[in-house]
Amino acid sequence: MVVDQATDESVDSVFQALADPTRRDILRRCGPAQPSVSRLAAAYPMSFAAVQKHVVVLERAGLVTKERRGREQLVRTDPDAVRGARQAIDDLEATWRGRVDRMTDVLAGSDDPTKKEANEGDT
Amino acid sequence: MSVINVDKDFDALTITLTAEFDAPVERVWQLWEDPRQLERWWGPPSHPATMEQFDLTPGGRVTYFMTGPDGEKYHGWWQVESIDPPNSIEFTDGFADDEGKPNEDRPVSKARVELSDLDGRTRMVLRSVSASREQMEELVAMGAAEGREQAVGQRDALLRD
Repeated sequence: MVVDQATDESVDSVFQALADPTRRDILRRCGPAQPSVSRLAAAYPMSFAAVQKHVVVLERAGLVTKERRGREQLVRTDPDAVRGARQAIDDLEATWRGRVDRMTDVLAGSDDPTKKEANEGDT
Repeated sequence: MSVINVDKDFDALTITLTAEFDAPVERVWQLWEDPRQLERWWGPPSHPATMEQFDLTPGGRVTYFMTGPDGEKYHGWWQVESIDPPNSIEFTDGFADDEGKPNEDRPVSKARVELSDLDGRTRMVLRSVSASREQMEELVAMGAAEGREQAVGQRDALLRD
């Protein structure tokens, strides 16, 4: 697989952006409602500048877009970008949950394939 | 409920899963140490695993394949980084080609498993670090492609109305 440098960096910035709980919260708030940066800032016990900075990190990672409307800047989450980034960790969790369930079955001697229910994550 | 906690760290691309089993540590260890028992839980029911080379010593290799419903085979390998029976094992897990040779282009992940005694029961803490940035890139690209397809689908639906 050819790893394009720009894409590689953008993936890094996606995970860096997602690593912060305030930024994850911003992503949740900026759905279809598209709050302005100032309205968003009012929701957090931190300065406007600090919230603005979080939005910039998210914007650089491609997780939100900003749109100027009159005097305000509206922030909108890109749901596809967020979904893609979370997918890998969620997949890993589903894999291991499935394995732990099966380990329990083996210990109980109840992993006979003829009696088994599908238990691999939620697929 | 066997799984009692899962922590997901999006920064370190790591999950830490804690599970408890109604069996002593030595018994749970056998699930890892005995290839025939490992085969019963490693792959999902639709893709059971078959262990081939099986050397659980430091630096040792495990090779295996999983067989899908149509008979297609997916080869994988472990490289054992450290092992301390019956309490811990650390290994790298990756994909291989049809001959079982590690495929360097595919994602690898690292897992560390620790078993400890809880008055005759067992607590297992598993820490799994998801792969490389390459895998993330692949997944993000896939997610983005999927998103585009959905967007196109939605637009088509709107146009039809």
